[in-house]
Amino acid sequence: MPQLEVKNIETYYGPIMAIKGISFEVEESSIVTILGANGAGKTSVLKTISGVMEPEKGTIEFMGKRIDHLDPDKIVRMGISHVPEGREVFHDLTVKENLAMGAFLRRDKDGMARDLETVHAYFPVLEARRGQLAGNMSGGEQQMLAIARALMARPKMLLLDEPSLGLSPVLVKEIYDIIKRINEEQKTTILLVEQNAWMALSTAQFGYILELGRIVMADPCDELMENEDVREFYLGIKEESVRGSKRWKRKKRWR
Amino acid sequence: MLVEILQTVLSGISIGCIYGLVALGFVLIFKATEVINFAQGEMMVIGAFIAYSLITMLNLDYWLALLITILALGLFGMLLERFVLRSLIGEPVFAIVMLTIGLGYAIRSGVSMVPGWGTDTYGFHTPFTDKNLHYGDLVISWEQVSVILMTLVLIIVLFCFFRYTRMGIAMRATSQNQLAAVYMGISVNRVFSLTWTISAALGGIAGILLAPFTFVHMNMGFIGLKAFPAAVLGGFGSIPGAMVGGVIIGVTESLSGVYLPEGWKDIAAYIILILVLMLRPEGLFGIQEKKKV
Ligand SMILES: Nc1ncnc2c1ncn2[C@@H]1O[C@H](COP(=O)(O)OP(=O)(O)OP(=O)(O)O)[C@@H](O)[C@H]1O
Ligand SMILES: [Mg+2]
Repeated sequence: MPQLEVKNIETYYGPIMAIKGISFEVEESSIVTILGANGAGKTSVLKTISGVMEPEKGTIEFMGKRIDHLDPDKIVRMGISHVPEGREVFHDLTVKENLAMGAFLRRDKDGMARDLETVHAYFPVLEARRGQLAGNMSGGEQQMLAIARALMARPKMLLLDEPSLGLSPVLVKEIYDIIKRINEEQKTTILLVEQNAWMALSTAQFGYILELGRIVMADPCDELMENEDVREFYLGIKEESVRGSKRWKRKKRWR
Repeated sequence: MLVEILQTVLSGISIGCIYGLVALGFVLIFKATEVINFAQGEMMVIGAFIAYSLITMLNLDYWLALLITILALGLFGMLLERFVLRSLIGEPVFAIVMLTIGLGYAIRSGVSMVPGWGTDTYGFHTPFTDKNLHYGDLVISWEQVSVILMTLVLIIVLFCFFRYTRMGIAMRATSQNQLAAVYMGISVNRVFSLTWTISAALGGIAGILLAPFTFVHMNMGFIGLKAFPAAVLGGFGSIPGAMVGGVIIGVTESLSGVYLPEGWKDIAAYIILILVLMLRPEGLFGIQEKKKV
């Protein structure tokens, strides 16, 4: 049984349907990615899972239990932590206080102290800057803080919304290395939403492609990387020699 | 001469502390919910009347009465949030602000209808009534000193709460970024509830502290009109700012009451406010903070 099972969810912003009947699943301790362009609905999917938005239709099961109409705090308690798009750290709190908020629902002092050490080991910069206001940190440091803050809840599953957003290639690589380590060492399941298809596909094992609120492809990442359409539209690799003359009328095949 | 100035300044500081406490009530609610609670002054009215009843009618000890009043107002603030304000979440902010103005009216007329309260003016004795400290020519009233000391204690308690406790930090976090707070599993409803509880309790305390100076009356809450500029002066969002703003306005008012012609006293607060806003539009302690909801 998959750890997370999403079935036919539909989510709206008022009258606007952002998610148009999506199903997918995530196996325990795996890394799964959802790729999509701007406005495809990636953020909305994650928000629906973490309970900030409620699906109008469909079900979400986490470890065999329905979570689709639970309050966000219940969902955090069950072990899903959300690292939001654009980091959303608490600007006027110190790094230390931000991390404490990540552990807001926990009471086990010893476990929290141990997890703080773990998190500092992944992101040494956070220990060095623990007294600094989060708002005064660089974008990369804030991204690290946002991930660390989510880890402080000791989640079973981490929802990552575009962790590469606005970061230099070197930093993106660094952050993705840590994401992989977290997955391997803590066995934390990772559901990763990205526009940076290259990074995501080389990190995850399984990928879904989301367009205009619908999933149009679902395959292991190595197969997606070989797929012509993915290569052209998501990885930006044009295979002119093969299709050259027909380029002008080429359409995405799944439409 | 010097003695007179000192005494004037001291009485300004003590009344300024009360302005500051009321301003703090405005600021806490505004930071959390972006609503300005124009009924904040009326929390003082209720607080003063409850303390008056407990002390003069039931002959309770001042400190016990203070404690009960704090608890009663806290409970009142909590119920107000739960049963009135919460149902309005999602309505435009100005509508909620209008509601608080109506609430202020309702509380004043409610108070005037309570048997034994009504529209008369009352007073009660505190452990500090008619006690003075003498330093040569300087006579300092304990009543004023006690206000300053109690305000200091309160500020320290609040400071520690917001700095060191889990819920206090969560309240700051929620006021900075509500959505992120939800992602942490912080219940925004609980934060709002606690905010109203604390603000109402602060109003109650301010009412008790003010009573020896202005007596207990259904209109004593209009002091909120002075506390509001104090909050703006401090940057409307900063806790120390609210206190400093309150003290500045208290002292200016008290000095202009003694050294300037009649009438200046009442507009002094606003003149200071306008001057400061011309020089520093964001207020003394204000920072242009980005707020994400
Ligand atoms: N607050 C909102 N109100 C109304 N419509 C919204 C809102 N947020 C998103 N939408 C719409 O929902 C759709 C999906 O948006 P979503 O933010 O999930 O996309 P996304 O894939 O995360 O995009 P991006 O890569 O730009 O972050 C878009 O059409 C968007 O315009
Ligand atoms: Mg998005």
